[in-house]
Amino acid sequence: MEELIEILQDLHSDVDFENCKTLIDDKILDSFDIVSIVSEVNDRFDVQIPAKELVPENFNSAQALWDLITRLEED
Amino acid sequence: MRINVLDYLDETAARLPDKVSFRDEHTAVTFSQLRSFARAGGSALLKSGIAKEPVAVYMSKTPSEIASFMAVLEAGCFYVPIDDEMPQMRISLIFENLKPRAVICDESTQENAKRLAGDAKMFLWDDIKDDEEIPAALDAVRAAMIDTDPCYIMYTSGSTGIPKGVAVCHRSLIDYIESFCEVMRFDEETVFGSQTPFYFDASLKDIYPTIKLGCETVIIPHTLFMFPLKLVDFLNEYKINTLCWVVSALTMISAFGVLDEVVPKYLKIVGFGGEVFPVKQYRKWKKALPDVRYINLYGPTETTGVSMYYEIDREFEDDEPIPLGRPFENVDIFLLDGDNKPSDEGEICMRGTCVTLGYYMDKERTSEAFVQNPLNDRYPEIIYRTGDIARRNDRGELVFVSRKDFQIKHMGHRVELGEIEAVADSASEVARSCAIYIRGKDRIELHYEGQAEEKAVLSFLKEKLPRYMVPTKVHKVDKLPLTPNGKIDRKALTLKSESK
Repeated sequence: MEELIEILQDLHSDVDFENCKTLIDDKILDSFDIVSIVSEVNDRFDVQIPAKELVPENFNSAQALWDLITRLEED
Repeated sequence: MRINVLDYLDETAARLPDKVSFRDEHTAVTFSQLRSFARAGGSALLKSGIAKEPVAVYMSKTPSEIASFMAVLEAGCFYVPIDDEMPQMRISLIFENLKPRAVICDESTQENAKRLAGDAKMFLWDDIKDDEEIPAALDAVRAAMIDTDPCYIMYTSGSTGIPKGVAVCHRSLIDYIESFCEVMRFDEETVFGSQTPFYFDASLKDIYPTIKLGCETVIIPHTLFMFPLKLVDFLNEYKINTLCWVVSALTMISAFGVLDEVVPKYLKIVGFGGEVFPVKQYRKWKKALPDVRYINLYGPTETTGVSMYYEIDREFEDDEPIPLGRPFENVDIFLLDGDNKPSDEGEICMRGTCVTLGYYMDKERTSEAFVQNPLNDRYPEIIYRTGDIARRNDRGELVFVSRKDFQIKHMGHRVELGEIEAVADSASEVARSCAIYIRGKDRIELHYEGQAEEKAVLSFLKEKLPRYMVPTKVHKVDKLPLTPNGKIDRKALTLKSESK
């Protein structure tokens, strides 16, 4: 989780990723960020995020994204 | 003879008054409404004494923004699209160059517009779109116009940090749209899915064929480009059959494997441009949608829009570039080598009606790129030097090789690395900086010397630069590498980052 927060902080240092639950709804993340996140997650966790998981719910908070990564790692 | 792009609107509004022209998720505007709004808005501008001058259109991307472009033209003025997502500093720089006396805004941009536009007269679109039409005044304006009068100005990246405003006249735009519609074979059944922002000339590909031929353009919500499955669902929901998109928007769909799950089933034509389409990604599209026509579209803002095209008609190896192809009718394209001699490899130069008026209020930079044809010393003839290097293959097609300078293509946008550096160098405690582009990863990174914290530099850049120009990473370094003659060694930095 810490490493994920780090990836997110690299993109937006001014956002409280531990607590924010509206990263998509409040347009904090944009399409450039999503592309970077998907490629960083792939690099660092060796996890490919498949197309059907690219939905707002999985990116609205760091926790949701972390849950997704954990779920994909288990598969 | 057509001398004004509004002639297209008049003809189509008479032929197909009740057909939808532009729509988004919330609203739809028919051709007759589009024309009425344009004439009402145009009358309002005329009444205020606005004539033959630039009018900034600072609105969110909606069908109303198109209507307001048309209103500006009805008043005999030329429109300048300002995007609600542009950073404030860029808008200020544009206004400084443009000095507009009139700005059209909507509810969402009103506050910012007031703050940035100085003494300019503000028009709220909703207030003027139903204004009383003054036919006599509109007719008089139209009758007095000629086709070399400007139609719009679009701002692009400039290496000094000051954006350049490319001014384009009606004649160039008409010439472009006539050829473009012929090559692409659009018709009344065409439904465009609009991806590109209206301040970017790529959007002309949707807007003007729609007005000329009576097609429909559906404005796609920006946020869908984060979620490709939903994006494809949207294309199907609105029965979108034609995409003229930047490559990165297309590869966003294919690279995530979306096409294995769902395909845009109404699709017939895919025009792509802005950068090179990686063959691997193209193949995924071709495999999922084999009957679609795929057409590479190339051309800089300075020559109106697209000047060259190639419809894919054969197989390509993974490392073989898709050609730029051949010029449109009425465009001459030739390659000049370092000695200004015609060559099979050299800088792409263009001649014809496509060559635009030049950079607005910027003689110096205009004269660097818009020059007398070096092959003609008999009469005045201005050509545009693109700065793109290409070669001719054995089929006679042009193939992109590289840039002459430090301009790159990122997410479909032209970016001058020098502009990023100029802004970074203005941050406090940044001594000097070097921006590099890592092709394989399609990302921009910035290296700098100075005491400033990396996070502070990044936030500063985000405030000042458009989103697509903001580096993915910034690196504080003790010393930037230098070339033997003391310049920052961009190549060495790039190589180092690429090998990481």
